[in-house]
This record gives sequence, C-alpha cells and structure tokens, in this order.
Amino acid sequence: MTVQTGIQPLSFGRRAKDQAVRALVYLAFAIAIVPLVSVLWLVVKNGLKRFDLEFLTHSMRNIGARDAGGGAYHAIIGTLEQVLLASLIAVPIGLLTAVYLVEYGNGRRLSRFISFFVDIMTGVPSIVAGLFVLAFWILVLGMPFSGFAGALSLSILMMPVVVRSTEEMLRLVPNELREASYALGVPKWRTIVKVVLPTAFTGIVTGVMLAVARVAGETAPLLLTVFFTDSINEDPFNGPQMGLPLYVFGQSSLPQDIAIDRAWTGALTLILIVMLLNLVARLISWWRSPAKRG
Amino acid sequence: MAKQIEVSDLDAYYGSHKAIEGITMTIEPRSVTAFIGPSGCGKSTFLRTLNRMHEVIPGARVEGKVRLEDQDLYGASVDPVSVRRTIGMVFQRPNPFPTMSIFDNVAAGLKLNGRFSKSQLDGIVENSLKGANLWNEVKNRLNKPGAGLSGGQQQRLCIARAIAVQPQVLLMDEPCSALDPISTLAIEDLISELKQEFTIVIVTHNMQQAARVSDRTAFFNLAAQGQPGKLVEMDETSRIFTNPTQKATEDYITGRFG
Repeated sequence: MTVQTGIQPLSFGRRAKDQAVRALVYLAFAIAIVPLVSVLWLVVKNGLKRFDLEFLTHSMRNIGARDAGGGAYHAIIGTLEQVLLASLIAVPIGLLTAVYLVEYGNGRRLSRFISFFVDIMTGVPSIVAGLFVLAFWILVLGMPFSGFAGALSLSILMMPVVVRSTEEMLRLVPNELREASYALGVPKWRTIVKVVLPTAFTGIVTGVMLAVARVAGETAPLLLTVFFTDSINEDPFNGPQMGLPLYVFGQSSLPQDIAIDRAWTGALTLILIVMLLNLVARLISWWRSPAKRG
Repeated sequence: MAKQIEVSDLDAYYGSHKAIEGITMTIEPRSVTAFIGPSGCGKSTFLRTLNRMHEVIPGARVEGKVRLEDQDLYGASVDPVSVRRTIGMVFQRPNPFPTMSIFDNVAAGLKLNGRFSKSQLDGIVENSLKGANLWNEVKNRLNKPGAGLSGGQQQRLCIARAIAVQPQVLLMDEPCSALDPISTLAIEDLISELKQEFTIVIVTHNMQQAARVSDRTAFFNLAAQGQPGKLVEMDETSRIFTNPTQKATEDYITGRFG
C-alpha cells in the first residue's frame, strides 16, 4: 500500500460507494414506511364509515346479529379504565425498580438478578400474563372476571417496558449533576427526586407512553381475564368488561358486513386513543422542559 | 465563619488501589491554599476526601483523620450530608442543573434542604450572584435556564450556587481549566474576594494561577505510575515558587517534568 500525499480528488470508487449506500438507506426507509402507511390508510378508510356519534356513545346491548347501528362505548370505557389501572400499578413499581437499579444497585447481586428477570419478563408472551392472572387471581383466589383482572395482566406486560426505558433514561443523566447536588449538602433521596428524575423526565414520559401504547392493543390477556360483554359496565372491579381490542376481535369474527365495519371503526378508535395519549404526553414534557422558557 | 482544616495521616482508596497515602497538613482559615502536582498524583482525590465526596464513588474509602476545627469529619456519628453542607465544592466542568432557571440554580441548595420564604430566597440569590460577580450580567433574566449562559458565566453560577448555602470552606477542583483567559481572570478575582469570608482550597494545573491566587501551596507527587500519591511539601506560596526545600518541587515548578 502506498501512502498518498497532497490533496486528492474524490475517487470514482468512493463516489460510487457513497451513492450505492445512500440509495440503500433510502430504499430501506421506503420499505419500512410502506406497511406503516398502508395499515393506517386501510384503517382510516374502512373505519370512517361507522365513525359517528352513535358508535362513540352506544354499546352493543340489544343489537341483534343483523342489526346495523350499535357502538363501542362499553369497549372504550373498558380500555380506558383497564389501561389507567394497569398504569397506576405498573408505572410506580417500574419507576422505583429503575431508580433502584441505577442509583442503589451498583451491580450488586440483587440488581443483576432483577435485571435478568426484567429481561425475561420483556419476552413473556402476552397470553402467558393473561393465563397467570386467570390461574392465580381468578381460579386460586376466586376473584370474578373484571376489568381489574385485565389491568393486572396488562401491568405485568407494562412493568418491564417501564423499567427498561426509565433505566436507560436515568443512566443518561450525567453523574456531575448528582455530584453537584451532593456537594450542596443535598441528601441522596432528594437528589434523585429533585435533580435526577426531573432531568430524565421527558425521556421517562416517552417510555411510559410506549408502554401504554403497547398494552392498549393487547387482546390475548383480556380474553382470559376481562371476559366479554355487550353491555356497559363502568365498574372495573365487578363483572365482565369489554376492551377495544376484544371488540375488534369479536366483531371481525362475525360474518355480517355491518359487524366487519364496526371492527374497523373500533381499530380506528383504538389508534386515535393511543395517538391522543401520546399528544398529551408530548404536551406535558413540552410544558416541563426548560427550553420553553429560554 | 471560616474554619481551619487539619488532616492527619490520610489514605484514600479506590477499591484495593491506594490513590493517596499518608497525607498530613493544615489548611488555614481565610486564605487560599493551592494544590499543584502532575496528573494522577491524587490532588483531586485528596480534595474530595475533605468534604466526604470521595466515598460517593462505589468502592472508594478513606483512612485517617480530617478535622474541621474540633470536629472529626470521619467520626462515626457524623452525617456526610451535613459535612458537604459545611464544606462546599466547585467542579472542573461547570455543571448547572439543566432543568432549573438561573434563580433556581442558585437557590437549589437552599430549596432542596429546607423552607425559605420568597423574599429570603430573593435576598440570598441576589447576594450570592453579586458575590460571584454575576449579578449584573443575569439580573434581567433570572428565570431563563442556567444552561444558556456561557461557560465562564456557568462556572460563576456554580460558585454562586456553592456560596448560597453559606459554607465555611470552599473546595475548587480546577475551576478554570475549561475556561478562556478572560473568564479565568474573573474567577481569580472572585477567589481573592471570597477568601475574606471563606477558607478556599483550589486544585490547579496552572502554576501561574497558583502563584497569583494562593497564599499557601502544597505540591503532590507520586513515585511511579500505580504508586499512591504523596504530599511532597507545603509552604507559603512565595517560598514554594522561589526557594522550595525539595528537589522534586523545584523540578516540577521549573518545568523539568510534569
């Protein structure tokens, strides 16, 4: 190999490689976009047909197999309640676990043990979470099918996602900030609450939203825990509830076109709910970010 | 309020590695003490043992005694948090809290430790910023983020933050190494003013800086790479720079090594 001296013109080989890789990157981007856009387009196109006030305000009670009309109010209420309850259980536990792993664990045996099991839990199929709640909560403890049982199984799925994303965010907080706080005579727990968590706040909110989006569309665990109903049940602690994924699943397996249309609209509603929650989270982190004041 | 620090036979470890060994010295109140020496000789480690910041690092520990007047800082019943409240610290790289405004940064040590009324806080923040020669530059934008200031201003903000909690000693770990000459001058002027009230210890790689700002200078060295750092000698700054007793000190300050 000879050593080149002086300023050389850009060689043809490098130019060609640059163009080829650039083309590959754009191609990969286009391929990734195709399913995303086509799913969204299909859901919007087919879902808009029944996306009306009746759909959002009525349940399926007393709607016969061949009747048009009916709606998903009972399913929307169910999904919102179940996801809210699941978040109330999973977010605090996940957050505190991540704080332990990053701030107190120091690679000790317990923290490596927890880390390992969080990884395993991330890979648990959602039906297993449903089966676990069915076997333990409903069959062993004798609790009824309820929205809360569904929330329990969803929280099992949420927890590892919250732990992992929060852990990543907390590790990104520079150590200098912790030291600066200690040097002011601030105790460790206050440093975590007032300096570390606010610094990582935006990232943590994004992680929680990803976890919410993940469980909002889960069908399998709900089938085993929430059961199924066509009526409105606003109490998540008593009796079978409904969820939007269950609603979509149920309607899409019926032979009538009107039912298929309802399934599409249910899917559209679910996407819109997740999108709205994301928007709210963005707003919260924008409102909290210091850049806004700057 | 400034107090004397007495260190006797102090060793500091990172895990099984001994970083500094057998350090004994007295740091006088209301004066500036400079630590100089080659990289890796344990100046910063020693500085961090003085307010128990060393033990924040996992596996790090200290043997020996540090006394602030008549109190043993490493006594069994001493709360390290209260030690750090009494002995403040400024770091090498400016590190304002990114989520807080300029006002909140200065008030951080107070707000995070107790309750103060708005007017109390206003007064302390203004005095601290004036003490750090930053008030005139920021008084019209106290609610803007602290991270938006220039590097030199950020470092003065960190000094204001440190003096706002009214410590008795101020430790500075190479406070000017990330700053340009103008900002460095501003900080050095500030140090000369602050020594009226505080006991100041500064680690520096810049020997002119040590000569300019300090009253006493301590020279640290290590026998070889991997060996623990030791205090070679400590004396009046003028004497260290003109007539040191140890050959190693003379070699270092005349630029023959390090």
